[in-house]
Amino acid sequence: MQLLFERSHAGRRCTILPSCDVQTCELDPSLCRAQAPRLPELSENEISRHYTELAKQTHGVNDGFYPLGSCTMKYNPKVNDEMASLPGFAKVHPLQPEHTAQGCLEALYLADQYFCEITGMDQMTFQPAAGAHGELTGLMLIKAYHEARGDFKRTKILVPDSAHGTNPASATMAGFQVISIPSLENGCVDIDALRQATDENTAGLMLTNPNTVGLFDLNISQITEIVHQAGGLCYYDGANLNAIMGIVRPGDMGFDVVHLNLHKTFSTPHGGGGPGSGAVGCKEILKPFLPAPVVTKDESGYHLCNNLPQSIGAVKEFYGNFLVVIRALTYVLTLGKEGIPEASSNAVLNCNYMMGHLKDVYEMAFDKGCMHEFVMTLEKLKKEKDVSAMDVAKALLDNGIHPPTMYFPLIVHEALMVEPTETEPREVLDHAISVFHKIYETALSDAQILHEMPLHTPVRRLDEVSAARNPKLRFQF
Amino acid sequence: MGSYVPSTLKERQEMLESIGLSSIDELFAHIPSELKLNRELDLPSGKSEMEVNRLMNQIASHSVVFNTIFRGAGAYDHYIPSIVKSVVGKEEFLTSYTPYQAEISQGVLQSIFEYQTMICELTGMDVSNASVYDGATAAAEAVNMCCERSRNIVFCSEAAHPDVIAVIKTYCWASGHQLVMLPVKDGKTDFEPMSSQLDKKTSACLYLQSPNFFGQLEEVEKAAEMVHSVGAKLIVGCNPIALGMLKTPAEQGADIAVGEGQPLGMSLSFGGPYLGFMAATHAMMRKLPGRIVGETTDVDGKRAFVLTLQAREQHIRREKASSNICSNQALCAMTASVYLSAMGPQGLQQAANLCYQKAHYLAEQLTSLPGITLKYNGPFFHEFVTMQKDADKLLAALEKEGILGGYPLKDGSILWCATEKNTKEDMDRVVEIIRKELM
Amino acid sequence: MNIPNNLLYAKSHEWVEEMGDGSFRIGLTDYAQNELGDLVFVNLPQEGDEVEVEAAFGDVESVKAVSDVYSPLSGVVCAVNEELLDHPELINQDAYEAWMIQVNEVSDKEDLLTAEEYEKFLSEEA
Repeated sequence: MQLLFERSHAGRRCTILPSCDVQTCELDPSLCRAQAPRLPELSENEISRHYTELAKQTHGVNDGFYPLGSCTMKYNPKVNDEMASLPGFAKVHPLQPEHTAQGCLEALYLADQYFCEITGMDQMTFQPAAGAHGELTGLMLIKAYHEARGDFKRTKILVPDSAHGTNPASATMAGFQVISIPSLENGCVDIDALRQATDENTAGLMLTNPNTVGLFDLNISQITEIVHQAGGLCYYDGANLNAIMGIVRPGDMGFDVVHLNLHKTFSTPHGGGGPGSGAVGCKEILKPFLPAPVVTKDESGYHLCNNLPQSIGAVKEFYGNFLVVIRALTYVLTLGKEGIPEASSNAVLNCNYMMGHLKDVYEMAFDKGCMHEFVMTLEKLKKEKDVSAMDVAKALLDNGIHPPTMYFPLIVHEALMVEPTETEPREVLDHAISVFHKIYETALSDAQILHEMPLHTPVRRLDEVSAARNPKLRFQF
Repeated sequence: MGSYVPSTLKERQEMLESIGLSSIDELFAHIPSELKLNRELDLPSGKSEMEVNRLMNQIASHSVVFNTIFRGAGAYDHYIPSIVKSVVGKEEFLTSYTPYQAEISQGVLQSIFEYQTMICELTGMDVSNASVYDGATAAAEAVNMCCERSRNIVFCSEAAHPDVIAVIKTYCWASGHQLVMLPVKDGKTDFEPMSSQLDKKTSACLYLQSPNFFGQLEEVEKAAEMVHSVGAKLIVGCNPIALGMLKTPAEQGADIAVGEGQPLGMSLSFGGPYLGFMAATHAMMRKLPGRIVGETTDVDGKRAFVLTLQAREQHIRREKASSNICSNQALCAMTASVYLSAMGPQGLQQAANLCYQKAHYLAEQLTSLPGITLKYNGPFFHEFVTMQKDADKLLAALEKEGILGGYPLKDGSILWCATEKNTKEDMDRVVEIIRKELM
Repeated sequence: MNIPNNLLYAKSHEWVEEMGDGSFRIGLTDYAQNELGDLVFVNLPQEGDEVEVEAAFGDVESVKAVSDVYSPLSGVVCAVNEELLDHPELINQDAYEAWMIQVNEVSDKEDLLTAEEYEKFLSEEA
């Protein structure tokens, strides 16, 4: 379809702004740009139709099943969006006098309390804008903690080889050296390897539990203890929190700092890539280092406290992706103490149900009870029938299903990582199971056709090599 | 209680039995009991939608919503065309993830490609990424793009937005870059202290914001010449509305242009979500952080768009990636695209001109009052600083009338902002209220 | 498998060609380019940079992966095949023509394999 710039006709326009009602003065021409930006010139009707057409070429949770592992694509409740558009949140200037922003501060204060309870932490900051940003913030807290004790030799962060790529990347950005810890064949942390890698230079460990293959690491207490005994701290990557809310808390597993992906676990929409929110919670020992300001409460109301002499400073403008926090708060208030564990229980149930009905034909990377997501390996199918994880994924597209996460975690070959979430009804899972079965049969009978799929999507498989070799990153006028 | 789980208890039981289990608890039986919470969460009970709606409305009502705003300082009250909300509210856009599966994500991918093009047009730069978190992290990421092992001294203007400076400081501390702050002189950055420290081996970059925090236009070209003479880079922080009329960062010699995209159709939202935009010269393309969308073709030769240059990114390069960014602000980038489409080249120029004219009118009217003067005399866009007594008293008087006045600075001066939304009537009212207070 | 006899090989899949003037050219083997798939970008050092035995001197990118390229010797980079920066596909087309860097002032060298030994090494690895 056409680009906005190709639809453009000189002279077409929307009439948005009024004419000037004050006496005008001239801007020195030497300060002006030589040429106006070549923005599209379109009527409102054309803009509206353009984006409607684009919307039709986009698959969201609202369009169908979206079992994208590690991304927790659950339904995004509409009341959350409506609450985020209330003028008392959406139309408040971030630098309004404190006494005129009490509603916003109250919301942040409540969210702080609720997320602390869910994670077993003592205080939250909502400044980080996304999961990776939360990781960076959490690691900075760890760095500041060691430095405040005069301990500058702790330069290493331990990261399992099964971790999300953001973990090692965040550690590097925070100025640490990354030590990769091998995983056992069952996907869990190799305790001996961990012990060996841990010493007086260890600043901390980054881990998610359940881990990236969807298994709960039963040795978790031992793992966090080993790190603590060496003087390091433990970071919890909250990407997989949807498995355990109200059942196990990161704080009780021995973690000192955690980030949440409010856009995953707490149902806020991901908007085609963001905005998210990577709220970070920490234990008492890390509180002095939190980004400033934090919200406090006394008899006169809520306050933004900037008096944090040991703070790492700011990691973002103002107070983070505030409206995302409002959506997540609405969600927590809706579910409450009963609904939150119910969500996790059913996420795990839906996942085990799918896995249970797929493992007769698909090979599971780890054939035991999974948590909220499971990983299949198509290594055998690839070897025997030349049908890859990619082929199966692309065949799903023709069936209206968003594929699982492909080729992750890196420790599993030809991996497909499936996360159904709790908001899918049984018949959707049943349909997906039958589609998976059908694709498997096709793989055995007519592998060639799978290489050609998808056939019915707006575009078909893309030439990614040319895209990367000769980058065309903008429209050429 | 509220719930979004569709299955009934009966269905759940059937599902369990079909996989050989009898209760939900069995799904968690392998987790050691001593790790489990084994109690209810200490949270309120769940609520119906109507109850939640009422409660959230109650909380929101504790904030004051100002209909007339003369405060900017990094968050600007611009008019948002109706089409903007309508488009970004479309559920396909709202509820999709990062467009990993290009075949069913052409809508999002094409919109990002269009966004990248518009950011290039606005800034004059060669390439743009698909967005980062906000203007401050865009600046900090840009700094990281410029630093190498030996070149790691970063110069930063004290006249930049305080939050931008704070974030650059935090990031530099974490990654071990050395930060040198350049003082403010007459409302602009004083480059003099930098000239003796610029060095061909160690200088990485300068971050300069124009219009700066005080609204003043900086001498960007002069800065470009200075840093380029030692092979260092110039990062320019810019205001996207101002780029409707002012010289582009590219015209002024920037290597990287960054900024806060909130003015492009995003509500004030108590500080977020906003939009960090980033564009660079072609030479720095592969150092850009985050998602980038490129044009290609599908197997049938049809034009299509896809995430590209991914080998820069964390999911492939892991600890060697230059940035950890994964989620960005895609929907905010789309907001900016729709805003810029609705405005068009004329509309954006008009918005910029209205901001400029109104701010100058307000400045003239305010300084016509006895005891109020402009603190700085350089050219400004839509923000300016006045010196007067009793800032708090004046601002309180405005607040009483439902007007959010300028932002009080530490030295007792006030940073004012006017946009196209401020009518002559509003501004005359402000002047009148202050005149009375001053009497 | 294309493994020319006139070259020496490292276990990390680089080839080394002695140029006769005390300098050596280094590139990726045909096996390596085949494993990596379509290359889309190459990161190379600059002339005058020092390289060290068994340390990465650059990397090659495919669409979904990046791999370090290791130096089988220590020395100073005296030439860089800049054509690869614009045309990384040359490595896929002819891995032994597409040299990456040329190194002189060589101070150290790892134990390199002959073509025969490299072929045996590959069959053992598989």
